[in-house]
Parts: sequence; structure tokens; C-alpha cells
Amino acid sequence: MSAKKKVLIINRRAPYGRSNARDSLDVALTCGVFELPVSLLFADDGVYQLLGEHDAQGIGQKNLSATMAALPMYDIDQLYVCEQSLKTQGLETSDLANAPTAVDQDAIQQLIKEHDVVLTF
Amino acid sequence: MGFFLWQNSWLQMIFTLIVQAAPYSHQSADTAYRFAKSLLDQGHSLHRVFFYADGVHTGSALASPPQDEPNIPERWQQLAQDHQLDLVVCIAAAVRRGVLDANESGRYSKPGHNLADGFELSGLGQLVEAIAVSDRTLTFGA
Repeated sequence: MSAKKKVLIINRRAPYGRSNARDSLDVALTCGVFELPVSLLFADDGVYQLLGEHDAQGIGQKNLSATMAALPMYDIDQLYVCEQSLKTQGLETSDLANAPTAVDQDAIQQLIKEHDVVLTF
Repeated sequence: MGFFLWQNSWLQMIFTLIVQAAPYSHQSADTAYRFAKSLLDQGHSLHRVFFYADGVHTGSALASPPQDEPNIPERWQQLAQDHQLDLVVCIAAAVRRGVLDANESGRYSKPGHNLADGFELSGLGQLVEAIAVSDRTLTFGA
């Protein structure tokens, strides 16, 4: 594989209700397997993906938080969360698992600029 | 004209497209096709089209739209034939949605298979490889 591209994955959907979050995680883990550096940004309803200890049993879904917890094993440790979205959803960084870095609009612009590829889910 | 082409060649880029939108449900399924056609018309190259999530239905040979509507799978097939494109349908997303090739149909003992000619089932590794070698990767219909 040629020069390593830095990949930013932007997650904007709630963890359940549609397949975006699961699809995104699968892509992130595959990037990890192929040693492509990957950062994750959570924004809009996507911030809910960062809440720890989901219990998805009641809706017959697989629990995503267990997979999220495995991210560091794939060397995925650059996690960012949109400050504005957290505020909108009434959440604090202390509510979140995986210790993401809170970023404002300027920092998000910078993140997008720093990465070669941006994928949205 | 020659000068124009020569000048243009500096701007030639390798693209990969990710199509997540189901055909006939979202405009972005259509936009992806027209974007692919435009970039090829302008002399760029398309390394791979990766159909993911509901986009896997694009690979169904059984799509039968009314005659006055575009046949989205056939249009991709034609484009692939004209430009030797690599149309990859995510295997995990496809088999759970009932888009199977002969191999997978056998593996799961299903009564038939419906992956259209010109499409190929493969894994997410194909997406990551495409990202690695392309100058631009665009997502349609997340």
C-alpha cells in the first residue's frame, strides 16, 4: 500500500435506529487492521455513540459500546467530540466513555484540514 | 485542443466513491452515478466504487423499475463496461440484505442468487485499499 492517508470519520447519527454507527465502526476497525491512521469525530446525534454501557438488548441489537471499547486495541485513540453538539444534547464530557477530546468549530475545521480523507456516517 | 489536454493532465486525479444510499430511495444514489460519469468524461480515473449499507441494493440484477425510470443497476453496469470499472459490493452488508452471488447463495443454502454481472462481492479491505490509493474519496448518501 502506498503512502498512508490520514482518515477522519465523522459520526453524526445516534448509535441505534439506523445502521450508520455500526457501519462506521466496521470501517474504522478495518482501517485499523490495515494500519491506516484514523481519527473519529462525533457530532450531532453521533455524540450518543460515546455514552458508555449501552444496553441494546431490548431492541434486539448488538451492543456497540463493547466494540467501541475495543478501539484502542486497533490503535484508534484519536477521538473527538463536537462541543456544540454536546451542549445541544445536554451532555458533558464526563458523561462519555473513551475519553474524547472536546472540539469547537474552529478545531473541527482544523481536523478536517489535517486529514487526507473524510468519511461521513 | 492538444494544449488543453496537456494542461488538463496535470489535474487528473484518482477517485473512489462510496455509495451508501439505496437506489430509488435517495437522490444521492443518482448523484453518485452522475458524479462518476462526469469525472470519467473529464478524464479522471475511478479506482473503485464501493457499495455499502443500503447501497448494496444497487447490485441487484432483479431491480425492475418502470420503463420511464432509469434502471440504476444497468446504468452502473454499462458505465463499468465502458470504463473497466471495479464495482465492489460490501459482502457483509449485502448478504444480510439478500444480495448474493452464486458462491454466497451456496454457502447459505439459498434458492437463488441476484448479484448483477459487473458487480463483485468483497470485504471492507477493498474500501481501505481504495482509500489508500485514491486522491479523493467521496461518500454519497450517509
